Amino acid sequence: MTLTLLRQSKRLCPALSKCLQSSVLKRPYAIRSRDLENVVSAFRSVVGDEGVSLGQAVREQHGRDESVHKCQPPDVVVFPRSVEEVSALAKICHHHRLPIIPYGTGTGLEGGVGAVKGGVCFSLRMMDQVLDLHQEDFDVAVEPGVTRKALNSYLRHTGLWFPVDPGADASLCGMAATSASGTNAVRYGTMRENVLNLEVVLADGTIIHTAGKGRCARKTSAGYNLTNLFVGSEGTLGVLTKATLRLYGMPEGVASAVCSFPSVQAAVDTTVQVLQAGVPIARIEFLDDVMIDACNRFSSLAYPVASTLFLEFHGSSRSLNEQVSITEELAKGSGGSDFSWADDEAKRAHLWKARHDAWYAALALRPGCKAYATDVCVPLSRLPDVVVETKEDLIRNGLTGPIAGHVGDGNFHCLMVLDPNDPDEVLRVHQFTERLARRALAVDGTCTGEHGIGLGKRALLREEVGTLALEVMQGLKATLDPKNLMNPGKVL
Amino acid sequence: MSSRVLVGVKRVIDYAVKIRVKPDRSGVVTDGVKHSMNPFCEIAVEEAVKLREKKLIKEVVVVSCGPQQVMETIRTALAMGADRGIHVEVTGKEYETLGPLQVSKIMAALAKKEEAKLVILGKQAIDDDCNQTGQMTAALLDWPQGTFASEVTIDGDKIKIVREIDGGLETIQINMPAVVTADLRLNTPRYATLPNIMKAKKKKIANVKPADLGVDLTSRIETVSVDDPPQRLAGVKVETVDDLVAKLKEAGNI
Repeated sequence: MTLTLLRQSKRLCPALSKCLQSSVLKRPYAIRSRDLENVVSAFRSVVGDEGVSLGQAVREQHGRDESVHKCQPPDVVVFPRSVEEVSALAKICHHHRLPIIPYGTGTGLEGGVGAVKGGVCFSLRMMDQVLDLHQEDFDVAVEPGVTRKALNSYLRHTGLWFPVDPGADASLCGMAATSASGTNAVRYGTMRENVLNLEVVLADGTIIHTAGKGRCARKTSAGYNLTNLFVGSEGTLGVLTKATLRLYGMPEGVASAVCSFPSVQAAVDTTVQVLQAGVPIARIEFLDDVMIDACNRFSSLAYPVASTLFLEFHGSSRSLNEQVSITEELAKGSGGSDFSWADDEAKRAHLWKARHDAWYAALALRPGCKAYATDVCVPLSRLPDVVVETKEDLIRNGLTGPIAGHVGDGNFHCLMVLDPNDPDEVLRVHQFTERLARRALAVDGTCTGEHGIGLGKRALLREEVGTLALEVMQGLKATLDPKNLMNPGKVL
Repeated sequence: MSSRVLVGVKRVIDYAVKIRVKPDRSGVVTDGVKHSMNPFCEIAVEEAVKLREKKLIKEVVVVSCGPQQVMETIRTALAMGADRGIHVEVTGKEYETLGPLQVSKIMAALAKKEEAKLVILGKQAIDDDCNQTGQMTAALLDWPQGTFASEVTIDGDKIKIVREIDGGLETIQINMPAVVTADLRLNTPRYATLPNIMKAKKKKIANVKPADLGVDLTSRIETVSVDDPPQRLAGVKVETVDDLVAKLKEAGNI
C-alpha cells in the first residue's frame, strides 16, 4: 500500500521523493528469490565468494551518492577485479535481464547510482591500477578504481598532473562517465577534451576500445568519435573499465588573487576582458554577496560583502607577474577594488579561504538543513542577466541560495540550502530549479554544465536538445543496449 | 670548511602501494612494485634547497645507496634543486642486508670527504621505520645532532632546532658541523616541474663504491621471517549482558 502511494506521489511531485531520505525504502528484492540464488552462484563462480555481497549495508552504500536523491539500493553488489570479470558478469546479467549499475566512488550529484529497478551494482573499486604511463607522450591509462587524487599522487615525481578537478576525489572513469569538469576547465578543459580512449564493456559483455586497443594518439580523424559518445553517458551505454587520459605539465608557479566588484555585471565584464586579453587564466571563480557574507560569518573573515572574483594563475614567475598585472588593470578598469594577490602557498590559501569553505559556509547559514547545487551553464554574455534574475527569483520566493560559479565557463551553482522535512520548501526549491534551468535554456545555455542529467533532469534534456536529437540518442541507446539493462532510469 | 650540505635519500616502496609478504616469508614483494623517494627524505631535500635559496649554504649534494634504480631517486632530488648527486653502488645480497649501521658509515665517510658542514636526513624510512641512521652518523662523526626537527634556523656557526618530542616541542642549539633529521612538519616538499626535471638530467651524479670509502658492508643482522599482521577476526554479537559476561569469561578475559 505504502509503495503505491509513494509511486503516485512520485509522479505528482518528483521533488518530494528526492528528499525522503530519513527511512531507506526497504523494498523487497526486484529479482525473484529463486532467480537471485541462481544468479548469485553464477556471480560467485566468476568473482569468488568475497566478490559478491548481499548485505543490506553494502547494498545501501552502493545505492546512494552525494545528491539529495534518496537511496535506492541494488539487489546485489559485485566486485570484479578485471575487465574479463566485468565482461563475464555482464553476460550473466544480460542472460537473466538484470539491470547493471556501474559504481565508482559514489560522489555523483545527480542520483546516477540509484538502482531504480533493482539489479546488480558493479562496484569497480578493486580495479585500482594505474597502467601504461607514457611520460614523453603525456598520457596515462587508469582503471576505474583510481581516483584523481590517487593518480596525481602517483604522478607527483614525474612533473605531470591531471588537472580536471571537480572538487570530490572522484573515480576518473566515473568522471569520464559524467563528463565532469571543475574549477580549472577554463584553462585545461573538461573530461570531454581529456579522454583519449576508453575500454568499455557493453550490456552483453562485449569489450570494445573506443579508439582502438592501446591507442593513445593525441589526435585522430579515424571513424566516428566513440570515445566522446561514452564520455557523459552516465553508465547508460556501457561500463567504463579503462580510460586513457591526457596529462599536462605541472605549473612552475601558482599565484592567486581576489577582487571585489560593485555588481555582477562588473565581475563578468572583467572575466570576459581577461579572456579576451589572452591571459591563460587557470581558475576564475565567482562568489555572490550572499555567499561572501556566509563565508565571512563562517570563517570569521572580512571580505567586502559584494560580488567577488577569485583568480588563480599558472606559469613561470615572469609569466605570473605579467598575468597578474594585466588582470589587476582590467579589474580596476571595471570598478574592481581591494585587488590582492600572492604567490606564497600559505598566503594563497588564506586569500582563497572563502572559496574553499563555500559549501560549508552555505550549510552553516541554516544548521540542520541539507544543500542541493544547481548547475546551469550559459553563454558569458548572458551570465549577468541570468544571475541577476536568479537572485531576484530567490528573494521573491524566500529561498536560501548563495551563488558560486566557474564564471570563465559561464557555469554557476546556487547552493540551495533547504529543510528536507518541509514539503512546501522542497516544492518551492524544486520549482525554482526548474525555472532556473528554463531560464538558462532560453538564453541558449544548458541545464547542466558539469553534474549530468542523472535522475532528475531527464525532462529538461528533451527541452534542451529537442525531440529529434533526443530520438537519435534513444536510437543509439537501443542499438547498444536493446534490453535497457545499463543503468535504467537515467539520462533518457 | 666549504659551505656544503649532504642529504641522504632512500628509495623505498611508494607509500600508496598495498604491501604483500613474499610466500617464502623472507621479505616483502618488491619486483614490479612502484618505488619512490622516502617522504621524510623529500622533506630533508626540500630543507637543504631552501637553505641554499636563503644563501646560508652554497651547495646541496644528495647521496643514495643501492643498485642502478636509485639513480631515479637521486634525479628526483636534483629536480627538486639539489646541485649534484653521489650514487654509492650497493647491489645483490649486500643491498638486501643494507641497514642503518652501514649507511651511517657511508654517510660519515662522505661527510668527511665532501667537507660537509651539515648532514640532513629523513628521521626514518617508511619501510623499516628504524630511525637510527641520523643518530649513528652523528656518533661516528662525533658531531652534535638535532633529530625530529620541525624547524631549523642557522645563525652563524650555530643551529637552533625545534624538535618534536612526546611532550611537545623542545628547542636546542647545537654547533656546526652537525647532523639534522627531518620530521613531518619541517616543510612541504616542492613538486619537481618538467623544466626542472629536464635541467636535472644535465646535473652530475658521481659513482662510488663502498670499498672506496673504506666501508665494510657486512651485516650483523639476519632477518628470520616476515609475516603479515594477524588477520582480524569478525566480531561476535550477543543478545544480553549475561551472554556478554559469559563469552568474556569463556575467552579468559575476565
